[in-house]
Amino acid sequence: MNAPTGLTLAEARAALAAKRISARELAEAHLAAIEKLNNLNAFITVTPERALADATAADARIARGEARPLEGIPLAIKDLFCTTGIRSTAASRILGTFIPPYESTVSARLWAAGAVCLGKTNLDEFAMGSSNTTSAFGNVVNPWRRRGDNRDLVPGGSSGGSAAAVAARLCLGATATDTGGSIRQPAAFTGTVGIKPTYGRCSRWGIVAFASSLDQAGPIARTVRDAAILLREMSGHDPKDSTSADVPVPDFEAAVGQGVKGLRIGVPKEYRLDGMAPEIEALWQQGIAWLKDAGATIHDISLPHTRYALPTYYIVAPAEASSNLARYDGVRYGLRVEEGGDLDDLYEATRGAGFGAEVRRRILIGTYVLSAGYYDAYYLKAQKVRALIQRDFDEAWRSVDAILTPATPSSAFAIGEKQDDPVTMYLNDVFTVPANLAGLPGISVPSGLDASGLPLGLQVLGRAFDEETVFRVAAAIEAAAGFDALPQLRAA
Amino acid sequence: MTYTLEGRTGPWEIVCGLEVHAQVVSKAKLFSGAATAFGAAPNTQVSFVDAAFPGMLPVINRECVAQAIRTGLGLNAEINLWSRFDRKNYFYADLPAGYQISQYQHPIVGKGEIVIDLADGSTRTIGITRLHLEQDAGKSLHDQHPTKSFIDLNRAGVALMEIVSEPDIRSPEEAGAYIAKLRQILRYLGTCDGNMEEGSLRADVNVSVRRPGEMYRTRCEVKNVNSIRFVMQAIEAEARRQIEVWESGGEVQQETRLFDPNRGLTRPMRSKEHAHDYRYFPDPDLLPLELDPAWVAELKAGLPELPDAKAARFQRDYGLSAYDARVLVAEQATADYYESVAKGRDPKQAANWVMGDLFAALNRTGRGIADSPVPAASLGRLLDLIADDTISGRIAKQVFEEMVDTGADPAAIVEAKGLRQVKDTGAIDEAVARVLAANADKVAEYRSGKDKLFGFFVGQVMKAMAGKGNPALVNEALKRALS
Amino acid sequence: MSLDAETVRRIAALARIRVKEEEVARLQGELNHILAWIEQLSEVETEGVEPLPGAMRMKLKMREDVVTEGDLHDAILANAPDRADNAMGSFFAVPKVVE
Repeated sequence: MNAPTGLTLAEARAALAAKRISARELAEAHLAAIEKLNNLNAFITVTPERALADATAADARIARGEARPLEGIPLAIKDLFCTTGIRSTAASRILGTFIPPYESTVSARLWAAGAVCLGKTNLDEFAMGSSNTTSAFGNVVNPWRRRGDNRDLVPGGSSGGSAAAVAARLCLGATATDTGGSIRQPAAFTGTVGIKPTYGRCSRWGIVAFASSLDQAGPIARTVRDAAILLREMSGHDPKDSTSADVPVPDFEAAVGQGVKGLRIGVPKEYRLDGMAPEIEALWQQGIAWLKDAGATIHDISLPHTRYALPTYYIVAPAEASSNLARYDGVRYGLRVEEGGDLDDLYEATRGAGFGAEVRRRILIGTYVLSAGYYDAYYLKAQKVRALIQRDFDEAWRSVDAILTPATPSSAFAIGEKQDDPVTMYLNDVFTVPANLAGLPGISVPSGLDASGLPLGLQVLGRAFDEETVFRVAAAIEAAAGFDALPQLRAA
Repeated sequence: MTYTLEGRTGPWEIVCGLEVHAQVVSKAKLFSGAATAFGAAPNTQVSFVDAAFPGMLPVINRECVAQAIRTGLGLNAEINLWSRFDRKNYFYADLPAGYQISQYQHPIVGKGEIVIDLADGSTRTIGITRLHLEQDAGKSLHDQHPTKSFIDLNRAGVALMEIVSEPDIRSPEEAGAYIAKLRQILRYLGTCDGNMEEGSLRADVNVSVRRPGEMYRTRCEVKNVNSIRFVMQAIEAEARRQIEVWESGGEVQQETRLFDPNRGLTRPMRSKEHAHDYRYFPDPDLLPLELDPAWVAELKAGLPELPDAKAARFQRDYGLSAYDARVLVAEQATADYYESVAKGRDPKQAANWVMGDLFAALNRTGRGIADSPVPAASLGRLLDLIADDTISGRIAKQVFEEMVDTGADPAAIVEAKGLRQVKDTGAIDEAVARVLAANADKVAEYRSGKDKLFGFFVGQVMKAMAGKGNPALVNEALKRALS
Repeated sequence: MSLDAETVRRIAALARIRVKEEEVARLQGELNHILAWIEQLSEVETEGVEPLPGAMRMKLKMREDVVTEGDLHDAILANAPDRADNAMGSFFAVPKVVE
């Protein structure tokens, strides 16, 4: 048997059921790994006592034959999810030492399914970023390195801590959130699987909001099956979230391995960018070939407004964020900076000191595009383009069942690269953002390595609430790719 | 006659529109499950949603929506089957999220109207522009500490209906009548308790002045006026201020002002000086509010009879005067009381009793109609005793006072006190004979033509019978004896 | 549309974020760069397109009018940076506001 940290979630589940390993052993192995790879900075808060207590309780249930679907499985939670009694920071100074008196619906579901809490993973501040370099708790290091190059690389963002933790075998899976690619891009950068489900599939209740109409939780895991297992437990209608969908949650795991025979796969020509790296193009062609070999049919499709998705996103997301982040004002919780003066001085000092540069920039952009005289030109225009983007997809679904694209325009980059200007950084999300705008499910599957030995991902998009097809296609790619490369920095 | 204020340079008209914030009657808040009851200890009725904790989300309260629809229907307004919630963004200590969830572009209720009743008996129709649902803010207490304001979030998130009138109001009296009528309708509908002292009903007053025949001039908004009297005073004070500005060659600046009731003046608000830019946009935590027409129809079918319709019916069915009808429908409870007394009895007599003796008794005892010392059924039984000649009207007054004091049943009082009317003609004749014998001189005067003395004899006979003689029989007996 | 230094100060004030004077020029540059890039949306023909604020295609759900939250007073105030207690009860405190 592999070392406990080398198991996939599904393998660990089987080992636990067969009593080949105890939940406590699993938890201890992962806690040791977290400590050993502390320099990745994947965690903001580690909760060893909680983990051991959870594991002990899990072992007792297993012994009684009362195991739940994730009984004893050690997971990490992105520190954007509020967790009762555990500091929840959103990687921002402004939340200070905020300790939520409530548990997010998604994490509560995982605990109710028997999962073990290892701690809270690092992220870009308020999930705003594509490199996990905007965290107030320091950047996260990608467990992968370029061949022959010892520079630290970014793990992607915003769910960089979750992706790095899964890739380095610090946990069997992690929660993440995706507003414009924050699950799929770091998954692609770290050789892991990340799925952003349909908007409304997972409750947003208790997750610190970035852009409410785009935010969606999902898992990052080692394999497509693991992601399917986790997503099933994370999903479900929540009456506390008005945008949570009251639809049945299928057994996603059952879809994995159903094959793609007869599925119609769309390849959108607009995703072929000028100057796109040849190896990204090559990987895409490879993916097409794999699916064709597996019995799917390939169809050229057009999503004409694709190139406008990013600028649309960079109006909608900052606009919503500027309003969502107004509550961090130093009055009821979190950081307060008081320098004398009146209430407005308190607000300005607190928010000036509490938010990092990228968050401030986005709040200012968002404030501007909503302000009198500019609303129609920016926000309203963006909403109309958003409608057109959704319409493009609606049109596509008439002829295809899933869409295949690259997940990112490049592999992971070094810390400090691409940071000369914000727009260059924003372009990381060019392939992932449309799914957020249209509310569609999208998965990133590790599919190969680039010339420097870094993982690359392919993205599969599906119809709203048809994650099953997405999983089917992703599993076919996974099987064909046989991706078994390992990151340089990892637990045994 | 248009109401005008006389300036140094001639007459000015007032143009006024009101934005009334009416707190919705509901158990829980608009978007959270926290309680709404008035008077709880500070910050004890606050959910994490109301206090805008990270990750908290709004879920709308169905009853608050129903209340807004009922109100819209009661104002004869269009119900918009598709409406939407927007965020109004601004920073304030008692606004935890940094935005208020409101309905800016697409309110739940569109155009409607209110017929107001003026003191001279005339009516005017004031247009309603719209009604929308929004969250109330918390409360800032500025008098608890020398350098700090204290924040109580109990009220934060309570549902409000903002009811906006057209600028149709032309005088302080009309403004007062408008609020009084609106309040009455809301109370009938049970959608707002109308309690201005507790802040359940507050008004923002938009005022401008103009020369007769002119179009509109710049208006100012006087915020948060919390009684009908203050609204009327604020309008007049603000109008006079504006007239003074115009007449001294200045220009009225559009601004938000506060009314100081102690000085009877308005002054500019000091806070919120930052340029107003609320950056409204659709709340992404909510979806559009789509109403099922069948539900609206169901709510409509369940509406109570409203005051104007009720007053008209009282005039038609009970033969009451317009004035009496209006008095009796002022409060739903009064109207109900009256109707249960009037039903099957003499409706005018019932009206006289309710508006006369009952109102006087309520006044004297400081009680409301709902906890009247004399329940409607008891008053009804008292009227029955008059109708079947068990007691006379005069005795009834005496019985009524006894009912107010003791709460006892009228029949029991009549029996216990032996107030039953005497209809025995023998006893009456005997009393008449005694009175006439004792007043021989008066009898002589009467017979010599002093007819007016008849009343004196009636009084004396009644007195001799301790008020219990049947008045008609006493009259007859006297006439017989004196003829 | 290009925003000037005064606009940067105005939106920073609207957003209640203190921006030091020496930061204004840099922010102005960054924001203008982002806005110039966003500007490409103006080429999209959107005549007659119904704006889409969110991707969700469902009806708004409603909650029943039931009080589901009891007295959360302690939890609500537990994280308060400045909590004030007096005979009336407990409050959040802020620098005095003049209306």
